Amino acid sequence: MAENIILEVVTPEKSVVSEEAQIVMAPGSLGEFGVLIGHTPFFTTLKVGIIRYRDIKGEERFVFVNGGFAEALPDRVTVLAESAERRRDIDLERAKSALKRAQERLAKESADKDIDFMRAKAALDRALHRVKTAETRLH
Amino acid sequence: MATLKDVKTKIGAVKKTKQITKAMNMVAASKLRGAQANMTGFRPYAGKFAEVLGSLAERGGSTATPLLTMREKISKINIVLCTSDRGLCGGFNSNLILKARSLVKEKSGSDIKVSFTNFGKKGRDWTRKNNFEIVSEYLGVVGGRFGFNVSVNAGKKLIDGFLNGEYDEVYVIYSEFKSTAKQIPVIKQLLPIPPLEASGKTEDAKKQYLPEHICEPTPAELLDEMLPKNVYVQIYSALLETSTSEHAARMAAMNNATKACNDMIDSLTLAYNKARQASITADLMDIVGGAEALKG
Repeated sequence: MAENIILEVVTPEKSVVSEEAQIVMAPGSLGEFGVLIGHTPFFTTLKVGIIRYRDIKGEERFVFVNGGFAEALPDRVTVLAESAERRRDIDLERAKSALKRAQERLAKESADKDIDFMRAKAALDRALHRVKTAETRLH
Repeated sequence: MATLKDVKTKIGAVKKTKQITKAMNMVAASKLRGAQANMTGFRPYAGKFAEVLGSLAERGGSTATPLLTMREKISKINIVLCTSDRGLCGGFNSNLILKARSLVKEKSGSDIKVSFTNFGKKGRDWTRKNNFEIVSEYLGVVGGRFGFNVSVNAGKKLIDGFLNGEYDEVYVIYSEFKSTAKQIPVIKQLLPIPPLEASGKTEDAKKQYLPEHICEPTPAELLDEMLPKNVYVQIYSALLETSTSEHAARMAAMNNATKACNDMIDSLTLAYNKARQASITADLMDIVGGAEALKG
């Protein structure tokens, strides 16, 4: 196995992940991308979604990111996100109720297209990905 | 001459005050530790953000986004004033308000309309008393627990207002935390965003940084997306700095108050002892006088 890369996920409040990984997959705004050691310098915005990575023991790990930026360098990946949570830190109950709320609001307000619609949709997106991150089955 | 009992009551009262100031000092100290931890937690994000933004700005060249463009005529400004919600922290809030006052004075020469965005009750009260327009106020933020979303909400509102032409310039006034003994009120221009530089980087590092990166989407588009975030980052950092400064200022103020209490207790105890000695002497004189009289 080749060398590992360093993955760092930082939010304004704290550093969420800082460890070595074999491979990192991240949801870029123009498509998902994977990073291995020796990647060309690369910078992109991120969508709301899930970062997947394989840690040094080969176990797959998941981190929810609420948009942001990612920078890949040959030996490291740095993610700047407004918020991010590891799979085990996600409050599933809360995310589920947020999802339900967002769905209800969308159903009610999808008729008039105003900012609230956009906001509800963004909330739905976030909740959906949180739930998805938390419920992904490990293989 | 105060009676013995009066002095004793006074000493008791001062001792109680001292207990309170001492407790407040310790509370502020522990909150200061928390606030400093928040600041340390923010540093990696802020550092990386500034680095990336700086090099993108350099690479994107002269972008003509509205957020960067200076307006020719400035007739409306908004001041984001960060103060604390609570007092008992020495000159902390008055220093910030003084800074706001001087900024208003400096700007209001040529019929400029000034409005405020207030973080913290003390600044809000001052703004209200002086009849300035308050665009929005956020209480219970500074000095407490708050997340990045607070600054995102405030920042969005400011950016919207700026783009709609409600204000032509936005400034933020906050207290910069230098050390536990030193906090300085600072004025910073928030909008239009002052010219960006790859800060804290040497020339060499600047050159070998982003230029070879593949960017997705283009650097100019990335910059467009990052500029509003830069405003949020600035506000967040101002709030963190002000919170930390508040606790430091309160700690110092309460420390002084405790010392003052000690001095007062000392001088009152002296007075108490003197009074007691005086009454003992008087009693003795009486007894001696009585004994002399009996002898005679």
